[in-house]
Amino acid sequence: MPVYIAKRLLVAIPTLLIISIFVFSLQKLLPGDPILAMAGEERDPATLAFLREKYRLNDPVIMQYFHWLGGILTGDFGISLRTNQPVLELIGQKLPVTIQLAMMAMFFALAIGIPMGILAAVWKNTAIDYFANFVALCGLSLPNFWLGIMLILLVSVNLGWLPASGYESIFVDPVRSIKTTLMPAFVLGTGLAAQIMRHTRSSMLGVLSADYIRTARAKGLSPWTIVMSHSFRNALLPIVTMSALLFGELLAGAVLTEQIFTIPGFGKLIVDAVFNRDYAVVQGVVLCTAIGFILMNLVADILYVLLNPRLRVNL
Amino acid sequence: MADLPILSVRNLTTSFLSGGVWKSVVRDVSFDVRPGETVAIVGESGSGKSVTSLSIMRLLAPGFSRIEGSILLNDRDLLALSEKEMRGVRGNEASMIFQEPMTSLNPIFTIGRQICEVLTRHKGMSRQEARAETIRLLEKVRIPNAGARFNDYPHQFSGGMRQRVMIAMALASRPRLLIADEPTTALDVTIQGQILDLIKVLQEEEDMSVLFITHDMGVVAEIADRTVVMYRGQQVEAGPTDEIFQRGQHPYTRALLAAVPRLGSMQGRKWPTRFPVVDIATGETMEPSEVAGTVARGMTPILAVKNLVARFPVRSGILGRQTGSVHAVENLSFDLFQGETLSLVGESGCGKSTTGRSILRLVEPTDGEIHLDGYDILRLDQPGLRRMRKSVQMIFQDPFSSLNPRMKVGSTIAEPFVKHKLGTAGQAREKACDLLEQVGLSSTMMDRYPHEFSGGQRQRIAIARALSLDPKVIVADESVSALDVSIKAQVCNLLLDLQQRLNLAFLFISHDMAVVERVSHRVAVMYLGEIIEIGPRAAIFDNPQHDYTKKLMAAVPVPDTARRGIRRNISNDELRSPVRPVGYQPPARTYRHVSEGHLVQIA
Repeated sequence: MPVYIAKRLLVAIPTLLIISIFVFSLQKLLPGDPILAMAGEERDPATLAFLREKYRLNDPVIMQYFHWLGGILTGDFGISLRTNQPVLELIGQKLPVTIQLAMMAMFFALAIGIPMGILAAVWKNTAIDYFANFVALCGLSLPNFWLGIMLILLVSVNLGWLPASGYESIFVDPVRSIKTTLMPAFVLGTGLAAQIMRHTRSSMLGVLSADYIRTARAKGLSPWTIVMSHSFRNALLPIVTMSALLFGELLAGAVLTEQIFTIPGFGKLIVDAVFNRDYAVVQGVVLCTAIGFILMNLVADILYVLLNPRLRVNL
Repeated sequence: MADLPILSVRNLTTSFLSGGVWKSVVRDVSFDVRPGETVAIVGESGSGKSVTSLSIMRLLAPGFSRIEGSILLNDRDLLALSEKEMRGVRGNEASMIFQEPMTSLNPIFTIGRQICEVLTRHKGMSRQEARAETIRLLEKVRIPNAGARFNDYPHQFSGGMRQRVMIAMALASRPRLLIADEPTTALDVTIQGQILDLIKVLQEEEDMSVLFITHDMGVVAEIADRTVVMYRGQQVEAGPTDEIFQRGQHPYTRALLAAVPRLGSMQGRKWPTRFPVVDIATGETMEPSEVAGTVARGMTPILAVKNLVARFPVRSGILGRQTGSVHAVENLSFDLFQGETLSLVGESGCGKSTTGRSILRLVEPTDGEIHLDGYDILRLDQPGLRRMRKSVQMIFQDPFSSLNPRMKVGSTIAEPFVKHKLGTAGQAREKACDLLEQVGLSSTMMDRYPHEFSGGQRQRIAIARALSLDPKVIVADESVSALDVSIKAQVCNLLLDLQQRLNLAFLFISHDMAVVERVSHRVAVMYLGEIIEIGPRAAIFDNPQHDYTKKLMAAVPVPDTARRGIRRNISNDELRSPVRPVGYQPPARTYRHVSEGHLVQIA
């Protein structure tokens, strides 16, 4: 297994290099001269030339790329134009917030989606199935921002149970931290739950009609054993893959949700950076997201191998 | 008989709910299975034989099926039990094995765990006890090195070995009754022989009754004490197997028996011979006629294959390095003459299908020469390939998936004609009409879709499509293997008619020795990508030389009740794999001349 993980990480390196080229060209392809933007009102040619020299903008593009890449590899992601903070430090502040939000959202998505999918498949074409599909349709079609606002109205304003906005770090005050992220995570999770439910249902239906389930029934096993042990573990395989892909959707959703609940997370960082043409931050954020994606897929692949003995042969 | 029956089925009627109405698929079936006895239910697809077996185990979906009558197992009416009580019966008093060993085991659990489950569920054994008992069972079904294979997963076993695991699982709780639903149908013939032997031996050792569901009269003759014949949901005849075979009363029984290809039935005949046809209504038999003198020997062969080699790389590891090759076809040479049928026979993985596909360049061979009707096949460019395919066409095994479900059959048949620009749309339609008539269908069926036809009719349509370009050679890849016996006989007769009328050459790829004996002029036996024996049909069947040819023939079940209880020596031989390491050099082969055109590989 460690060999497998090491190999997969090695294979990720070329992927990351290609991504880094894209991220680097982002800066080169965008209109406008960053030096002019940086210099502001100052139009003194000598100053401009000095700045160009300082930021190595006179070097060939390929050299600029390697210089930039060298910085990244040594942990230098550049400085935010707006706050003058190192980009890495900014990301380090915001990332944990979003990771917490994403994990809680994924928890909601799986905790709602998987049981509902199983129930819907086992009681196919019954009231349970129709109800689960109805809930899933609602989850898919209700926009996050609307659901978020409605929840704030109901839970925070009318009932006063949870704070409407803000965030507290989980390391400072865990209870309050959970309280502040509960609603946004739920909002973020509902859309995913619907997708996971639909996939679980169709995956379970496929497995339940498999020959080996007939064998299990012919052995006289109980329905519980058949559904949970013989069927669900097989049905889980495609769901694992899908959940890793949903990570991207989670991030897109986080951008919106963090705005509604004014959570100072990664999503908010992205939006602010793009609005402010804060290229160094945008680059850092995109690179981080890509690494996150690769890691999620790695986790999914490892889980897949653990669940599926047919893939274990060559480890 | 003094013995009380283990299983007594009375007036069993099973219905399915479809479109709001109950439709009966099994009607009024009654039979007994006595202790230690083997009863076969035999019938073609749609006869309700599998539904009968699933009804006994109550494995049909409860909401959509209704079972009436009575099913007494050890004097207990299974239909009166609650679902929970029924679970105590399944896998305990009666267990079941199924047709598809490849998919009947759960892929994510070890086989050991899957067998232990039965023991812990029904016998209340502890884990250690169940493990020890499971290893004993695996040894009992002759799985080599049983102890070490306890923790292996199903994908690490071959089809035959998986069926052994299924049998071990079914026998775990020492059931009084074993229901075997087509347990050998998906297996190669030598493996089928092993499994049949195993069931017989275990039945004796365990003193168990067996209810054997099959479509194969040969298997019935070999294994069953008594036989129930089913036709369209009804039991048409039941009785001791000898009587059914010798003095079958019902016309359908006689039709079924007449249609069964019998190995050895061609002794003394020179030419391929049609199957006898029995009228199901009257039971009258029409004597079969030979197909004489179609072969144009002495002329240039229409198809000449020389030193054909097809290898496929096996890649593994993260970088996809080539770690070996599947040597699918190895140095293969043969000729096929106008009007001749050459059969390629062999078991799974012997390269017979790859050979057929190579001839149409549906797979790319590695090396060799193929000359067909003046084309140098392996050196053709794309336009040349298209032209070449007017000369050779293929008929596939599965008539259900080889026709486009969204195309009317008329268009399906006319399509090759249109695409090769052989005439106008009107001419194409005329051609399609004509071809439908030729294959024994009606030209009024032109505008129907494939789902409106039965399996046999669909195969006729596939044949009509293959004929639409007036090819000279037809590669028939297991074209009758998926069909029921009576339909199989009809389609074979059709192929023989067409050969006589159109002077076609067939490359007939099949694993079914009895059909091959009937239709071939010459036979080539393949093993691990090589022809090990080739010769005129009579020479191969009457005087087989190679050990493998002999083994293959001995394994074929023959519908002759004198063979009941026959034992082949149980062996655990598996089919060998044609995967070789990189750089493997196949040895040079030499052949011995036995008689005119009969060659056998000696080293």
